[in-house]
Amino acid sequence: MSETISEKGKGMQFEYLEPMTIEEAVSLLSRYGGDATPIAGGTDLMLKMRTEVISPKVLVDIGSIRELDYIEYNNSGGLAIGALTTIRSLENSSDLQRTFPVISMAARQLGSVAIRNVATIGGNICNAAPSAETAPGLIALAATCKITGPGNERTVSLEDFLVGPGMTILREGELLKEIQVPPLDPHARGVYLKHSPRGTIDLALVGVAVVATLDSDDGIFQDIKIALGAVAPTPIRAHRAEETLKGNRITEALINETAEIAASEAHPISDVRASAEYRAEMVKVFTRRALKELIIK
Amino acid sequence: MRQQIQLHVNGVTEDLLIEPWWTLAQVLREKLGLTGTKISCEMGDCGACTVLIDGKAVRSCLFLAMKARGKKIVTIEGLMGRRGVLDPLQKSFIENFAVQCGYCTPGMIMTAKALLTENPNPTEEEVKEALQGNLCRCTGYTKIIEAVLAAAHKKPTEGGGSE
Repeated sequence: MSETISEKGKGMQFEYLEPMTIEEAVSLLSRYGGDATPIAGGTDLMLKMRTEVISPKVLVDIGSIRELDYIEYNNSGGLAIGALTTIRSLENSSDLQRTFPVISMAARQLGSVAIRNVATIGGNICNAAPSAETAPGLIALAATCKITGPGNERTVSLEDFLVGPGMTILREGELLKEIQVPPLDPHARGVYLKHSPRGTIDLALVGVAVVATLDSDDGIFQDIKIALGAVAPTPIRAHRAEETLKGNRITEALINETAEIAASEAHPISDVRASAEYRAEMVKVFTRRALKELIIK
Repeated sequence: MRQQIQLHVNGVTEDLLIEPWWTLAQVLREKLGLTGTKISCEMGDCGACTVLIDGKAVRSCLFLAMKARGKKIVTIEGLMGRRGVLDPLQKSFIENFAVQCGYCTPGMIMTAKALLTENPNPTEEEVKEALQGNLCRCTGYTKIIEAVLAAAHKKPTEGGGSE
């Protein structure tokens, strides 16, 4: 094998293990501890390994654990998504488009088709980028994460699961097993807007998700959740913006005020993609757009 | 430690001895001599490495060869039918001048092939959306989009890919 560019990275040398069940995977991850990393689709992980951001000695390929690939509804209309469900499945699921459109909308804006065919929702969440495409919508839906590991299974809110840039609450040996979404009010609507300069293949500069229940007779948002991506160390809720809008009659002025408050709740950084000021301004613009889109729906 | 695996590529079962960290793109090009698939950005952004795995477009530069076991892999070389008859997409790219340097072309065609398999009659918007992840530095994309649309409107010919 000739020396190709791809081989320069030492991060790309590992022992490869392929568990077929969750139990096997947990057992391997526990045994190898900090030496091991799980890989699902690998679309984020391959880059991290190639650039030596991480250099696992052992790669535990959980991609073959078919029991983690599902989109299911429980009796009360709540949702359970297996961690290995591909982003493309989420995008294309007609059930999801009908019941929780903010999820399929976000899925559709992640990367490109070829990435979405391989990338998984668990991978997107566990990679824990501040700009993670699926996160704002799920946070606005009050999603929770079921974690499995050597100890007892535990469930935490998605907001608590994401701890910092690239950091999750997972302990050694633990795996994200499932994402759960509580049932929605039948009158609830959701939207996810992504702002990125070069279409979907670029990371989000700003992501805005809004899930709200609108009383169209009164023109009042009875319940509203606004989540922002890429403008803080983790995706965040814009609590003050929500309080501004909730229970009040919707006017152009109120939408603008809410958008400004959302922008003030963000703490974006300046980086190669955009300045902090631009990102804050875009939070305002896209919050306004998202709210208007919800009203029209 | 090198591992013995089998990959099903363009209808042929290949026996290979590989390191577990080799990507599918590397194995296709350097072990199987299938250099139609290109390695360009190595980040999954440009699309030049796109192949079909079980009919779906995949970035082979980000796909471990180990993950490709047991799956049906089709590269640009596998699109031709018997007796060298070109796939309608390949013909259309030629007829519509959608190829200049040719570097993006295999990736473009494989992505378009996945699109037309799923959606045989796409609108122009749908073609553009499907090709979002494939970059071209030469053509300005217009002729590529025309070529995909033209291929969609043709009747399938004898050489519809080596399935």
